[in-house]
Amino acid sequence: MDQTQWRFYETYRSPYDPCPPLEPKRFIVPPNQYIVFQPENLPQCTPMQALQLGTLWPVLYSPYDHGDWRG
Amino acid sequence: MWVYEKKLQYPVRVSKCDPQMAKLLIEQYGGADGELAAALRYLNQRYTLPDRVIGLLTDIGTEEFAHLEMIATMVYKLTKDVTPMQLREAGLGGHFADHGYDLYPHNAAGTPFMAPYFAAKGDPITDLYEDIAAEEKARATYQWLIEMTDDVDLQDSLKFLRQREVIHAIRFREAVEILKEYNDTQRVF
Repeated sequence: MDQTQWRFYETYRSPYDPCPPLEPKRFIVPPNQYIVFQPENLPQCTPMQALQLGTLWPVLYSPYDHGDWRG
Repeated sequence: MWVYEKKLQYPVRVSKCDPQMAKLLIEQYGGADGELAAALRYLNQRYTLPDRVIGLLTDIGTEEFAHLEMIATMVYKLTKDVTPMQLREAGLGGHFADHGYDLYPHNAAGTPFMAPYFAAKGDPITDLYEDIAAEEKARATYQWLIEMTDDVDLQDSLKFLRQREVIHAIRFREAVEILKEYNDTQRVF
């Protein structure tokens, strides 16, 4: 899946942190953030695909797939 | 105006991975007798109190913000490396659903912080008694928190905070005495 939508960052780790590290921290920047004004005539999904993805335009789709949190 | 020192008032060390404790500690963050309520209560009341005790309210209100940071550090340390599923198991599922990993000022039962927590009655004696009661309630809360963890390092920080509440209560009692005398002295304007 599309890993490029995720941003990763590290936080301060103390040698005395109580829990094992859950790093890196991450947040998503979905593709709509870069399509401020939606251009005309974008490629469209088939009706069945659009129903499955929730959008008619593949460029606006985000799978939100980041795998395991411990990954 | 304030000057910020980029360090905690007293070190906070947490040695046990116990996210459930974060759910309890949050009481002192956004609860009725928590540090946020205390800080705002004193810093708001000070404007209309007799000027002999304004400085005390400023100082204690400021220190409460330092305590707020300590509580925030404890909660952050206890939750930052815990998966969403582990948070759910620790009873923090509701918090995660609403706020993710962010801290949020609410009490241990999840009720969000409310402005009525910082009481202001406009009568100096009444306000100071409110403040004494708030400190005693915070002291009791710290005692309950200390009893609910076996992490000696966390207990150490909590014991510091408990002691500060005692000191604040004493200072407020002294402020009441100062105002009593102030009332008795003859003033000529």
